[in-house]
This record gives sequence, structure tokens and C-alpha cells, in this order.
Amino acid sequence: MSDVEKNEGEKKKARPKKTSIPRTPIPEQDARERARNFEEVALGYERDHALIEASRCLMCKKPKCVAGCPVGIDIPAFIQALVDDDPAAAISILKEKTSFPAVCGRVCPQEEQCEKVCILGKKHEPVAIGRLERYAADWEAGQGEVTMPEIAEKKGKKVGVVGSGPAGLTCAGELAKMGYDVVIYEALHKPGGVLVYGIPEFRLPKSIVQRECEYVESLGVEIKLDYVIGRTMTVDDMLENGHLAVFIANGAGLPAFMNIPGENLNGVYSANEFLTRANLMKAYRFPEYDTPIKTGRNVAVIGGGNVAMDAARTALRMGANVHLVYRRSMDELPARREEVHHAEEEGIDFHLLTNPTQILGDDEGWVRELEIIHMELGEPDESGRRRPVPIEGSESRIPVDAVIMAIGTKANPLLTKSTKGLELNKWGLIVADENTLATSKKGVFAGGDIVTGAATVILAMGAGKIAARSIDRYIQGQPLLTPEEEEEIRAEAEKLREKAAAK
Amino acid sequence: MENPETGQETETFWIEEAMYKILEKTDYSDDVYMQVIEAPQVAATAQAGQFVILRIHEEGERIPLTIADFDREKGTITIVVQAVGKSTRHLQTLGKGDSLANFIGPLGLPSEVEKVGTVVCAGGGVGVAPVYPIARELKKAGNKVIGIVAARTKNLLLWEDKMSELCDELIVTTDDGSHGRKALVTEPLKELCQDGSVNLVYAIGPAIMMKFCCKTTEEFGVRTIVSLNSIMIDGTGMCGACRVDVGGETKFVCVDGPEFDGHQVDFDLLMSRQRQYLEQEKISNDLFLECRGDKKCLT
Ligand SMILES: Cc1cc2nc3c(=O)[nH]c(=O)nc-3n(C[C@H](O)[C@H](O)[C@H](O)COP(=O)(O)OP(=O)(O)OC[C@H]3O[C@@H](n4cnc5c(N)ncnc54)[C@H](O)[C@@H]3O)c2cc1C
Ligand code: SF4
Ligand code: FES
Repeated sequence: MSDVEKNEGEKKKARPKKTSIPRTPIPEQDARERARNFEEVALGYERDHALIEASRCLMCKKPKCVAGCPVGIDIPAFIQALVDDDPAAAISILKEKTSFPAVCGRVCPQEEQCEKVCILGKKHEPVAIGRLERYAADWEAGQGEVTMPEIAEKKGKKVGVVGSGPAGLTCAGELAKMGYDVVIYEALHKPGGVLVYGIPEFRLPKSIVQRECEYVESLGVEIKLDYVIGRTMTVDDMLENGHLAVFIANGAGLPAFMNIPGENLNGVYSANEFLTRANLMKAYRFPEYDTPIKTGRNVAVIGGGNVAMDAARTALRMGANVHLVYRRSMDELPARREEVHHAEEEGIDFHLLTNPTQILGDDEGWVRELEIIHMELGEPDESGRRRPVPIEGSESRIPVDAVIMAIGTKANPLLTKSTKGLELNKWGLIVADENTLATSKKGVFAGGDIVTGAATVILAMGAGKIAARSIDRYIQGQPLLTPEEEEEIRAEAEKLREKAAAK
Repeated sequence: MENPETGQETETFWIEEAMYKILEKTDYSDDVYMQVIEAPQVAATAQAGQFVILRIHEEGERIPLTIADFDREKGTITIVVQAVGKSTRHLQTLGKGDSLANFIGPLGLPSEVEKVGTVVCAGGGVGVAPVYPIARELKKAGNKVIGIVAARTKNLLLWEDKMSELCDELIVTTDDGSHGRKALVTEPLKELCQDGSVNLVYAIGPAIMMKFCCKTTEEFGVRTIVSLNSIMIDGTGMCGACRVDVGGETKFVCVDGPEFDGHQVDFDLLMSRQRQYLEQEKISNDLFLECRGDKKCLT
């Protein structure tokens, strides 16, 4: 008997057959309308939607979803709370593992995580776990007062955090709850990291990021903006000036370019630049805001990740026709499914299996055309995805006024170069112990994108939590891992080895 | 939240009080001014050759400005600015007692100052200001420093007195001959190179001035360092807006510079990229002159 049948059997008498209820769609702004505004696309579940969707969960005895969640949220428990129409209980279950459920509910790639392995999803559509998470979080925000966690007595011990992205905010919040004096140093003039400069308003309203940052401040964390660690002050300065430990969570902000001819022409942007102008500097509201941005009529966005989708849909909202150029096929497109679907609905023109070869400009140095070559999928590469190979002689050109390169980011060396004794890997990422996030430098911990390379919000938050635990133990002079944890790690590694051997 | 005046949603995300006080302001001419800004954390580590990024107010853009001077004890940074667009014009209207929303720095790599012998420090227009702290460091390191202070016309000349105090020798030129020698900055530069005693040249000013200084010195094989003023946003290597071509390689001015070997720099690309937003800059500037900051007028 499969898990699905077993679970159904248990509950058959109590409720109508769960598998017959379709996955509840989320109300959305009409595609044509939203393609012209920056308001949030998905409007969120109402209470009725949430009750129905929550009732679909099989409450599995061995829930696969929990294992699929990078931070191990007790998913059936929070969904059960929603079935009981008790969102307050749901939110406290969520907050045991994620600090910012309103963010995770909106931006986590659930279809690659919890919903991918949801048992209901084997034969039917998976439970809409992300939407339910968002519902609980929005409910909390809507009813005003946020319940404050317990904050331990002040220890009078100072810890510094570099960067106010999801990793930094989470770590700072956790340490503040333990009674530490935490200061976050942020290079930009607003806190939030990628949540504020990268992910656009229509996907993650800044009012939500604001609320999360305010919450962290309300725990007693001080956020110092305009502080570039490595320039204004170094990590070594921090350690010498009263910070007992430092958590480095400065993200992986260094834009990658393709190194093809014409990339320095006017009108060629990195996605980071384009999105920073639009989101952080509000350039789409020029001249009310001073920062300019230029899209022109036709824009090409190169890449297929979330960043590419965000750049494409931002350019679209500024009135451009947008061509998305991606070198593999739809199946390999790494962006969240929901974003791809939204982008298609809004009218982004997908050029799949194509790759740019050069950018052509006019005499004044402005972009005019993008030359692309068509690709076909060959043998699988190391990542298991089929490698795209160019089809000789298949070049064609797209007339464009702007090109946005969204082909990834690399490690920014500004901080790491200025820190003595910090071990880096060959990509310039900081080497940190997987289980403790300790680096090669005493008292210095690191996590988030600067350790993993560009990853996800939830992984960054998870890293923030682990770092807080390690920093607390480090300052108290305890070993970073308890014997039980060490045992668990050993057992886990053993299991993996066996699995590999069996293969 | 809706702005009752413009009917537009106003940005409410994390607005902090403007913290960076302007302690002093001096007008050098109609367009050129100096401000001393209180920013102790920037002054604490500032070095010659570095720059800052500032933002005047919530709707403001981030503008990079080279550090003209700093005082660690007082915790201040001096900037010298030429009003060319909206933001620099707006900044000009601010004086003692006003504050800036953001002031970030020091950014970029400091000048690498060594004893090399004889160094020419040429500043064109407001470029004299950033040359000054570099010249001071070069002098401290035991170099003979020859200064060239150049401008289009007399009232655009800057810091002649400060430079003459510092330099072993000072040459002043104006394009129109209204003060000092009637010449372009490249003429005395060429003569000095011809003498054969110059070991290093620093040239800072408008891109076109740096370009021709480099052309001049290249002929004599005299190493020439320039400080590039490209368009920037973050100033930390995150966006790539500031990229330039140096020796056939793409470099980010904000983290790899701002100083580069001038003989390797593609100045035409720099100038083309600097012109990217001319159209928008004009819209902004016209609106500013018309509205003088009255928001109602902006929509
Ligand atoms: C456009 C875009 C869309 C994305 N969409 C998704 C999505 O839908 N779902 C998802 O899960 N993930 C998404 N991601 C990835 C996700 O945002 C990141 O993995 C996550 O934000 C990493 O968190 P972090 O805390 O490590 O770093 P960041 O969020 O990058 O924060 C780092 C912070 O440190 C600051 N900083 C950097 N250098 C310094 C310094 N020297 N001194 C002081 N401060 C410094 C930065 O300014 C920044 O604020 C997206 C990323 C981008 C760019
Ligand atoms: S969400 Fe899916 S996997 Fe998780 S308990 Fe419910 S049905 Fe089972
Ligand atoms: S200003 Fe953004 S990378 Fe230099």
C-alpha cells in the first residue's frame, strides 16, 4: 500500500475524500493590468481559501514535506493549526524555524522543496504549502500586534554582523533574543539585502521587508547603514573594537558578464544594476526620484533564473517589449515555476535554446542589436542537465535598446580581501564549516550567499540561525557542537556514504 | 501611504533622519563650491585618492565625489563640487546647519604613494581638489612635487594658494589667459616631460583633460596616473555601472580604482558611458530649476 492510500484510509470516514479537492488557486491581479503596475501580483488567500487548502493535507505520519524544507518547518502541524482556524498557532509553529514567514511564503521555491516531495503530489497536486505559509504570516500582520518572543537578560556582550540580508537579519535577531548586543553593519542606505535591492515590489512588497527589519530592531538589534566593511571599517577593526565575534553575511554581490563583444556599450546593464536602480533607487518613478534608468522599446534579458525573471518583468512594467534569451530549454529554466508562468502570462517573449554571441552598437556607443545563436541539447553535463551546444550558422539578430545580463553573481572580494587570515575557495567564497559556519579566522563566522554562492532566502536564514548558535557557544567558551550533534552528523554522513556505495 | 500633494504613493521604506551635518560651505564661483561634512566613521579611515558617495534626501540619487581633504580629529570630510546637474545644484543650495541623508565611504583604493623622485600633480578644474591630498602625501614621502593648476578661466581656478604652499613649484594656466599662463594644461606638462626629470604624473580632472594629459606623457614614456569619475550606484562592486576598459580588460572603477594607469584607459568609452543619462539629467535639472524642490511641481 502506498503512503497516499494509507493516509487516505485513516481519514476516510471523517472527511470528504481529500484527493478530490483540487489545489486552491491564489487570487491574482489580472495579467494585462499588472503588466503596467508594480503592485503585488499574487493577492494571497482569504480565510475560506486557506481553510479548504489546509484541509487537503493528509497529515502524513512520515511527512516528506518536512524533510524537503531546508529548515525543517513542522509543516503538517502548522497546516493542522490552519485547519483548526487558529492562524496564531500556525504562525508560532512557523516561527520556530523561519524568522520571516511572510517573505518565505512569497519567494521560496516550494516546487523544488516541500511541495516537490509532498505525498499528495505523487498522484495529485501537492498541498499549496507556500501559500498557506503566506496566509498565516499575512494574518499576523493584518491583526496588528506581533507577539514578541522572550528576550533573555542582557549579557553586555557585543557581536557584529556584516550585511542585513536574510542571513544577517536572522542571525542578529537570534543573538538579540539570547541577550547579546548586536550591531548590523550594512553598506547600502537601506536594510534587507537582496530582499530590498533585488527582488521587486510586485513579488515582495517592501512594506513586508520593512516590517521584518523593524521586528529585528524591536528585538534590540542596532542597524548601522552606510557602513562598508572592508572600507569604513575592517573585520579586524571590529574584533579589536569590542565585538567578541563577527558574522559575515555580505551576500555574493558581484555581477558576472559574458565577456562577449559589446558588453560595455551604453544600455547594457548587469541585472544587479538594473534592479538596484529600479527597486532600491525607485528609478521607475523618475523624475520624482532622481535616479535615471533607460529601457527603451525593446529589452533583451539574458539568463533564466529568478533574477532574469525579475529583471524582465521589471522592464516590462516600465513599458518595454521584453525578450528573454536562455540557452537551454523550458525544462531546465531554473527560476521558480510561478514566476515563469507569470512572465509568460504578462507577455515576456521567451527565446529558448538561444545564446548571445555579441552586442552591436551605433556610432554613439549605444546598444542597437543583440546577435544570438540557436542551440540544441547535447549530452548531460556534470550538473546532470543536457549541455546546450550551438548550431553552426544559426545566428540571428534582435533589435534592442537595452540588454540586461542576468547570468549570475560571483563573490565580491571587497570584504574578504581586507580580512586577514580568512580562507577562501577557488571561487572566492568564504570557506566555513558546514555544521558550525566557523571560518578559518578565530571569532569569525560566515553564512548565506558568501559561503554557498547565489542560493536562496531560506538557506540564508537557516545559516543565520546556525551562526547564532555557534557564536553563542563560542563566546561562552563551549565547543561549537554538542556530542549529540556530533553523533548525528556522523550518522548522517554514514547514511550518505552507504547510499553512495549502494549506487 | 499616499502623498496628498502628488497623489503618488510615497516611499516609506526605512527612512532615517538625515544624519550627516554640513559644517561649512564656501562658494568658489557660481558653480563651484566646497563643503565640510561631519562623518567621523568616514574620516577615521579616509586616505588620499579615495572617494565618498552621498545622497541628499530620500528621493535622491547616490553621487560619488572624490575626497578633497579630511580631518581625522574633527571627524570631517571636505568635498569640492562643480554644480553640473540636478543633485550637485541641489547640494549647492545647502549650507551650514543642513544635513545629508547618507554619506558613505571611504570608497575605492587609496593612492599608492612612494618615493619616486619628481612628480607632477596636474589638476584641471575641480580636479585640483582631489589632487591636493595626493600631492601632500607625495611630498611627505620625500618627492619633489611640481603642481599644475589649470582651468578654463580665472574664476574657475581652485586652491592655487593651498597648492603653492605645498608644491616645490607651481604652474598656473587658464585657457583664456585670464590668470597665470595662457595655455592648456598639456603645454607645461609637455615641457616638463621634455626636461626628462619627471618620474611620475598624476592628472585629475575632466575625462577629456586626463585623456590629453595621457597622450602627452605617453610620448615620453612617463607613467601617468588618473582618477576616473564614472557613473556609480553602490560603489562597492555590486552593480557594474562604473565599468571601464583598462588595457583591454573590464574594471570596476569603484573597487579596482578610482586610480588607474592612464596609458591603459579607454577614455572614449569612459566619456561615452558618462553621457548615458544626459537626456534624463537635463529633464531633472530643468525640473529642479523650475521647481526648486517643490514636489507638487514634479508630476
Ligand atoms: C533578483 C533576485 C531574485 C531572487 N529571487 C529569489 C527567490 O525568489 N527565492 C529565493 O529563495 N531566493 C531568491 N534570490 C536569492 C536570495 O535573495 C539570496 O540567496 C539571499 O538574499 C542571500 O542572503 P544573504 O543574507 O546571504 O545576502 P544578501 O541578501 O545579498 O545580503 C547581503 C547584504 O550585505 C551587504 N553588504 C555587502 N557587502 C558588504 C560590506 N562589505 N559591508 C557591509 N555590508 C555589505 C549588502 O549590501 C546586502 O545588503 C534572488 C536573488 C536576486 C538577486
Ligand atoms: S503537506 Fe503533503 S507531505 Fe506534508 S503532511 Fe501534508 S500531504 Fe503530507
Ligand atoms: S558603482 Fe556599482 S560596481 Fe562600481
